Amino acid sequence: MLMSMILQDGPAQTTNYMIMGYAVIFGLMLIYVASLYLRQRNLKQDLELMEELKD
Amino acid sequence: MEPKPRLLTLLDIVTVLMLIIATAMVFFYAPMEAVMGNVQRVFYFHVAAGWVGMLGFLVAAVAGVIYLITSGQKWDRVGLAAVEIGMVFALINVVTGSIWARPIWNTWWTWDPRLTTATIMLLIYAAYLLLRQGLDDPDRRARFGAVYAIVGFLSVPLTFFSARLFRTIHPVVVGTNQPGATGAFDMTPIMLQTFLFSLLTFTFIFIDLLWHRVRLGKLADQVEQMKLKATI
Repeated sequence: MLMSMILQDGPAQTTNYMIMGYAVIFGLMLIYVASLYLRQRNLKQDLELMEELKD
Repeated sequence: MEPKPRLLTLLDIVTVLMLIIATAMVFFYAPMEAVMGNVQRVFYFHVAAGWVGMLGFLVAAVAGVIYLITSGQKWDRVGLAAVEIGMVFALINVVTGSIWARPIWNTWWTWDPRLTTATIMLLIYAAYLLLRQGLDDPDRRARFGAVYAIVGFLSVPLTFFSARLFRTIHPVVVGTNQPGATGAFDMTPIMLQTFLFSLLTFTFIFIDLLWHRVRLGKLADQVEQMKLKATI
């Protein structure tokens, strides 16, 4: 595959793979940040509930 | 919950700005590689993600050692946070590597030493997260986590050096490529600048996420303790 890329004129047409790669990078980072936010929100709700029960 | 420190807010802003600049450098500043084309641009964040993965596992091992010496719960929180973040970025590294490999190696996956050791490393730390969930006693869980993070760290240098010690087709950035390495390229000064800035940016992302995740761990411990008190 790389040999055929070397023999062709100009760089290989691999833009789709680049887009796929960066979609994965930003997608997974966003999912992780969203998971941190959601877990924090749920824990804050739990904490408030526990404090209400204590009172 | 403790209010968010101003330094953390500042770090959030700086990290997001750095990520925007790094992304712009990858797409608009770094030149297109002459043979591989645009897919080579995946390399900048692929290597940076791999670096953060390994950094996370190193921090977890160091936190594990400190926990075993001091028994401070905060070090258990740091270890767990570092492993979790390390896992996310090691996964990004493996998946983007597979995407790059499709046009360059003509396959999504091959059991090359580097790919195999990286997968084993990921599985070791996935097991860490799963096994921790099975332990209810916080002290036992923390002790187990510390020892596991130290022993599990052996997989990190093995993964790092696998592309240098074994016969592999995986190219290396630092050091000499193996004769069979496919997809290696010479970095121009602009490519090197983009690469180094990406590494720095991902290091900032790691520190920022680690701080947030440790705070989350502290909050989780607070809730767990309150629930325990409520049941007694």
